[in-house]
Amino acid sequence: MPAIILFWILAIVCVGAALTMVTTANPVRSALALVVCFLTLAVYYVTLSAQFIGAVQVVVYAGAVMVLFLFVIMLLNLGAPAARTSEGSGQRTAAVALGAVLLLVLFVSGMFFEVPGRAVSAASAQAQGTVKAVGLTLYNPHLPWLFPFEATSLLLLVAVVGAIVMTRRQV
Amino acid sequence: MLTGLVAHWDKLRDGIYHLFIFPEYWHGIRLPALVPYVALAGIFAFTLGILPMLIWIERVVIGLMQDRTGPNRLGPRGLLQPPADVLKLFFKEDIQPGSIDVRLYYLAPFISMLVALSAGAVIPLQAVTFRNPHGGLFTVPVTPGNVNIGLLFMLAASSLGVYGIILAGWSSNNKYSLLGGLRASAQIISYELAMGLSLLCVVLLAGSVQLDHIVNAQNTLPFGIHGLPAFLKGSIFSWYWLQSLLVPVVIYTIAMIAETNRAPFDLPEAESELVAGFHTEYTSMKFATFFAGEYVNMLMICGLNASVFWGGWLPPFNCFPFTFIPGFVWYILKVMMGIFFYTWLRATLPRLRYDALMNLGWKRMLPLALVWLFLLAGYSLARTAVTQHAAPATVMTAAHVAPGR
Repeated sequence: MPAIILFWILAIVCVGAALTMVTTANPVRSALALVVCFLTLAVYYVTLSAQFIGAVQVVVYAGAVMVLFLFVIMLLNLGAPAARTSEGSGQRTAAVALGAVLLLVLFVSGMFFEVPGRAVSAASAQAQGTVKAVGLTLYNPHLPWLFPFEATSLLLLVAVVGAIVMTRRQV
Repeated sequence: MLTGLVAHWDKLRDGIYHLFIFPEYWHGIRLPALVPYVALAGIFAFTLGILPMLIWIERVVIGLMQDRTGPNRLGPRGLLQPPADVLKLFFKEDIQPGSIDVRLYYLAPFISMLVALSAGAVIPLQAVTFRNPHGGLFTVPVTPGNVNIGLLFMLAASSLGVYGIILAGWSSNNKYSLLGGLRASAQIISYELAMGLSLLCVVLLAGSVQLDHIVNAQNTLPFGIHGLPAFLKGSIFSWYWLQSLLVPVVIYTIAMIAETNRAPFDLPEAESELVAGFHTEYTSMKFATFFAGEYVNMLMICGLNASVFWGGWLPPFNCFPFTFIPGFVWYILKVMMGIFFYTWLRATLPRLRYDALMNLGWKRMLPLALVWLFLLAGYSLARTAVTQHAAPATVMTAAHVAPGR
């Protein structure tokens, strides 16, 4: 029961923050609403016994990515984006249509795929989300997650090196 | 002779150790269940109670270091200065500048304060031992939330603290405030990397990110060398400042000062360039909340430092006069040593230039921390071959049951 109450409180905050992010004209407020959305998502992860993902969500998204977003917004001193001021760009119609498609896909997938409801006991679910469990799963050579993980880290390394090369290039 | 002395010490230590064992049930109340609440009350009381005193400590210490008198008017040795300051801040005029973003302007100090306080939720103050009805002993860390992501939680809380500063800088509609906010965001992001890497070095050695596990992993003989006398078990030489071979603790200490925007890294509020930086437009209690948030943040970061690098609640030597003092006293002493270090640096070092700050963070500390992480990974691999354990053998869980006496 407390979980359900928490779920609905968080749901209202999360959806409200997401809507604010899309609708507000002020870029700083928009970014802040996204931060609130990320934080509620992190709490959702924790309530779903994925503590590690929850912590990483806060550290990476709310703590680093969004701070950089805010940094850029403040550095460039952005006003309202051009798309909001110029009417009839068709962007809004396309966004609504694509959003409806996404909602439909989510709805259908929710109907057709069985979610393992209470099949997992609380203790075993708790044990699956710890740092240790995530690490053992991610780095287990018998499971298929090691290669994608290493490939992703290589991709990030390439991105970092690329960014440095771009900034150091003589213009 | 020496071994006899050591055995005697050991017996004495056991005798003292057993003074601090509580029964599991007291009048039908299960005492371990109360521990988180006690810890929460303790952390709040300590943090908020010591806040005004921290300002006094800082003034006195800086006064001593700079050969000045320091506070000496109100009360003995100026001890009544902090309450006077708090009263003054309460009754100052509350000015709201024009053309600000009102909501964010009022929200910013509270974000700063609340995020800093929330970091206290995972700090372990000490370990208490209970005796269950069957005579077995088990230890419970005194912490509000003993979560298995303790260290990550602290990092998350310290990285969220920057929002208060950024929002204050932006919502004030003042170019100095904005510059302060910009500097804060760049600085905190940069130093977070080095800080995280230095903490990773310890996580590698301890084999856990749960804070009480990290403290317990330091309760071994120095470097796991067998045959050392028992009073060195969990002593100052086996804490991670030395076990991780000094470099991580140096990097962490530098990064923690930058994370909390203190001198010599206080560029977000550099008064010689930016008036007062991000809190230029804040007066009375709103300013005081920022001020308090900064000090709470310092306490929490020093608290993390104390539990990760300086053995948490462990006494410096595992023998009589030290073990008699309860763990939280040692813990608070270690935290206050961190605060003293902050003050020491503030009194002696000039503020860094902005590019020097960035150079130090990205070109010196980050590569060094990375190299050290690899070195320690190799060390830990070599150690695994000897001990047959990736993690130290003494990692103790909260429900660890020692043989009953």
